[in-house]
Amino acid sequence: MYEFLRGPLVWIAFAALLAGAIYKIWRLYKLADKEVQVLPYMSWRPALRSLLHWVVPFASRNMRQRPAMTIVAFVFHFCLLATPLLLMAHNALWFESWGVRLPSLPDCLADIMTLAVIAAGFFFAARRVTDPVVEYVSFASDWLLLAIAIGPFVTGFIAAHGWFPYEAMLALHIITGVVWLAAIPFSRLTHALYFVFTRAYLGSDMQGVRGSRDW
Amino acid sequence: MKLLKRPEVIDPGIDKAVEKLTPEQIETTIMKAIKGSGARLEAYMNACVHCTLCSEACHYYLSHDRDPTYSPTAKARHTAWEMVKRKGKVSPEFIKQAARIAFTECNGCRRCSLYCPFGNEIAFLVAGFTRGILHNLGVVPQYLQDTVNSHATTMNQMWVGPDEWIDTLMWQEDDARDEVLGARIPLDVEGADIMYSVIAPEPKILAQLLAAMAQIMKVAGLSWTMPATDGWDNSNMAMFTGDMDTNGRFERLHWDTALRLKSKKIVMGECGHAWRGAVFDGARYCSWKKPPIPMVHAVEFYYDLLESGKIQISKKWDKPTTFQEPCNVVRNGGMGDKLREVMRAICSDFRDVSKDTRYEYNYCCAAGGGAVNCGPPWTPARISGNRVKAEQLAATEADFVVTPCHNCHSGIEDIIKGHNLGMHIRFIAEILVEVMDIPEHLKV
Repeated sequence: MYEFLRGPLVWIAFAALLAGAIYKIWRLYKLADKEVQVLPYMSWRPALRSLLHWVVPFASRNMRQRPAMTIVAFVFHFCLLATPLLLMAHNALWFESWGVRLPSLPDCLADIMTLAVIAAGFFFAARRVTDPVVEYVSFASDWLLLAIAIGPFVTGFIAAHGWFPYEAMLALHIITGVVWLAAIPFSRLTHALYFVFTRAYLGSDMQGVRGSRDW
Repeated sequence: MKLLKRPEVIDPGIDKAVEKLTPEQIETTIMKAIKGSGARLEAYMNACVHCTLCSEACHYYLSHDRDPTYSPTAKARHTAWEMVKRKGKVSPEFIKQAARIAFTECNGCRRCSLYCPFGNEIAFLVAGFTRGILHNLGVVPQYLQDTVNSHATTMNQMWVGPDEWIDTLMWQEDDARDEVLGARIPLDVEGADIMYSVIAPEPKILAQLLAAMAQIMKVAGLSWTMPATDGWDNSNMAMFTGDMDTNGRFERLHWDTALRLKSKKIVMGECGHAWRGAVFDGARYCSWKKPPIPMVHAVEFYYDLLESGKIQISKKWDKPTTFQEPCNVVRNGGMGDKLREVMRAICSDFRDVSKDTRYEYNYCCAAGGGAVNCGPPWTPARISGNRVKAEQLAATEADFVVTPCHNCHSGIEDIIKGHNLGMHIRFIAEILVEVMDIPEHLKV
């Protein structure tokens, strides 16, 4: 069971992520080609400038107006991507499979980062319940997205600390991780892929075409 | 599907049209729009994580004490989201509500896009995409549809007949000559440097602006003309109802008229949506990536005249004056600095608005996006939906508000009355003709 999960299933997940991502981006390009006002107006400088203003914390006005949200969102997304990539246990697997060695996070730091992801997840969940504006546009799909996003972190943390039977927990961790990877192109987790393009378009439009700003 | 609690407003253009809709018709129309849509619908539907960080941008939301149903995300929910999610299977009641939201609760000002971490154009979902569907379903506010009917019939927005057009220009030329010696409105002159175009409300209800421009042109000594034929109107209500084919017809005629007159450029009067319509939506519909000849907005035109010294100021306007930065001129037009330069050049007591609501971050007038053209039934909604604008203007303690845009002009006027601000409205041209220096040889 473990061998299947660790081997073929993870491969399937990565393949789904890669193929799905390529398909989604290709399809977005084809759709953009259909619109007279998208591709002809895209330009590099404004696009990169727009991206820069929105990947650097507090570099845009709305981020400065909502400091708590900005800090939580940046910590969440940074830890969400960095932890699984640089975790020592994952690094061992990268090496075993592909002979690639990435710098490893000390376990203690990885624990903190994992907890940060989970805590941020609870912050987002709390917003959905307590803020009437967010609550008004919260659906089952939003809760599912949140569950998918933090699932592997909860299971991984429990597995690493051996609070439940290790093998069962590890299996659950792999399954939630597989769902996490495979869901990216096929759910609204796609925002991870589309971010670059929606920002690039608005940046090109606001700065390049209209001579204004978008941050 | 949730229906919102809003005060009842009777609009036959929406109410009567919705009565005739069948579920099949709704479904087919929506599905056709979805299938024909491009990357923006796909991206904005899937890159939105329903975070509502855009809410604080919206003047309707802020003015309704942060009522969640007025947040841009909520408005997307009640329009494009549901239509796409339910694959067009929505009720006539839903369509009625969507029309109300798309036409009267979103001005397409795009302030929310500056608040969205993804740069999603929420206005595209709420207004752009949805209005296209509503147009195809024939569900459009009656007054607004009337302006589009006028565009389609007379090639101008306000049923101005060809004889009335020329008559008004001649009458205004007469008036201009009372102020500046030899002022003229040259009609249909081939090869003049500038073709000057206006929106139809100018000859219809604000004719004095034509005389003002005749005076400015004479003092600046410019070679200019106005068309004697259709094609003089640069306004565009069809892009607001989603009737892009009609939009293409008259925008094409506008450009073709300038090309026929062999003008070097078009200068346009003080209007925001007309700028957007001509330079962006209209030109693009006609397959021009950029306008075929340069178009200069009045704000830039005045800036150039003052900067080059072609117009000198004899005595500045000294009354406390603030301004409205039109969305299509500043946020979506990048003319904020030039507008300020013009204001400082003509006013000795110019009062800028509060720091956090300047330039791109100015509040819309709530009249844009065709909202003012939805007519009297919807005026109270515009006034109550823009309390923040009233507060912003009141804080300047100015007596006058300059609005270099016709939609802003009407919208701000309603807000001033509705919120008892006791202010007065002016276009830049109205102040400019009072303060500019008329050389001796042109004095009457």
